[in-house]
Amino acid sequence: MNPIAESPITAGVNSPMLPHPHRVKRVRRETDDTFTLELEPLNGAANPASSPGQFNMLYVFGVGEVPVSISGDPTQAGLLVHTTRAVGTVTKAMVKLKRGDVLGVRGPFGSHWPVEESAGSDVVIVAGGIGLAPLRPVLFSVLANREAYGKVVLLYGTRTPADILFRRDLEAWRARFDLDVFVTVDRAMGGWRGNVGVVTTLIHRAPFDPLNSVAMVCGPEVMMRFTVKELNKRGIDFDSIHVSMERNMKCAIGFCGHCQYGPTFICKDGPVFRYDRIKPYFEGREI
Amino acid sequence: METLEPILAEHPFFARLEDRHLKLLVGCAANVRFDAGQYIFRGGEEANQFYLIRHGRVAVEIYAAERGSITILTLGEGEILGWSWLLPPYHWQFDARAVELTRAIALDGVCLRKKCEEDHDLGYELLKRFAHIIEDRLEATILQLLNVYEPHR
Repeated sequence: MNPIAESPITAGVNSPMLPHPHRVKRVRRETDDTFTLELEPLNGAANPASSPGQFNMLYVFGVGEVPVSISGDPTQAGLLVHTTRAVGTVTKAMVKLKRGDVLGVRGPFGSHWPVEESAGSDVVIVAGGIGLAPLRPVLFSVLANREAYGKVVLLYGTRTPADILFRRDLEAWRARFDLDVFVTVDRAMGGWRGNVGVVTTLIHRAPFDPLNSVAMVCGPEVMMRFTVKELNKRGIDFDSIHVSMERNMKCAIGFCGHCQYGPTFICKDGPVFRYDRIKPYFEGREI
Repeated sequence: METLEPILAEHPFFARLEDRHLKLLVGCAANVRFDAGQYIFRGGEEANQFYLIRHGRVAVEIYAAERGSITILTLGEGEILGWSWLLPPYHWQFDARAVELTRAIALDGVCLRKKCEEDHDLGYELLKRFAHIIEDRLEATILQLLNVYEPHR
């Protein structure tokens, strides 16, 4: 049997390599350098279901394709929501898109956060910077089924008050009595009355039972390394900590090898990993 | 008369401290409160206390002539404020300001230094505990300096 002939790549319109055209419904500036895209499939086609933590490959025609986390509410079908930072050629072209423009979407790809598996436990969400985007669907999902979980805690750290993502969501979440939200910034001048300090400093203040908690962490790798250490110091085992990894993803289906991470591919086996399963690579260098 | 001993005994900073040491500390402790905006201490002043924050939030700040007061970190319930009382010349390096109404237990550093000189076991215990706090703050400061949220361009 020829494995290539049988592979999904050659499966025509259902090929995971084929971008599906989507129309831009809205581009919303979140901060100075981050933005959210709301996309609808052309011709009323349905979006494939996605799980919190998964990503899509977004293709700006004539420019290029990049992986972007899904940041929308998974309980709201029909609208595809992505949040990213305008930092490279493709995302800088993406932020200039207007309502009605068309781009290509492949996906969803990758593993997801253990939302359903966390039922009955406290849920500790630790986000750094743009890392809040792939964790936002977790909050929507957990809050949609709030009674299934114990305490729910969001710890969010970012550079400055001006860099705080999803302000309206954070304000709404903070107003709830069944969710503890802690926000901190690394740097602040006058006028900021909130916390100052790195996100790891919030971990010992947060109310959760470390022996019955699932932690989900997303942010820059250095931030995640110290966060995992602090969570473990607080008593959460490594097998209850999940991290979302980022590497140079191209094909998104484990063929090209660009995102190889030890024996795994981030695009296919990740981006969400249980920490104990990648610990040796996470703690290694140049992987 | 009710003393501060049960409160000190419950605080994680003093966890597993011997009773005799706890009793020595109680003799140096007092309840204090600071209104929002009130300075607890200012850089350059004599450092003769440290604080266990029981409620509220404190900003540790540095003053720069061109930029005004810059908040370096904030501390909240259960955290320790100040270690300059431990090391000569016993002067605060930074300002500390209550961001909101803050209640704390102040421990008299002059009293503590005297007791630590008389009882080196107590001195060693306290130094070990402060070393952990200094390590945590140093690690957090390094992370702040790394500016990890800045995208690689």
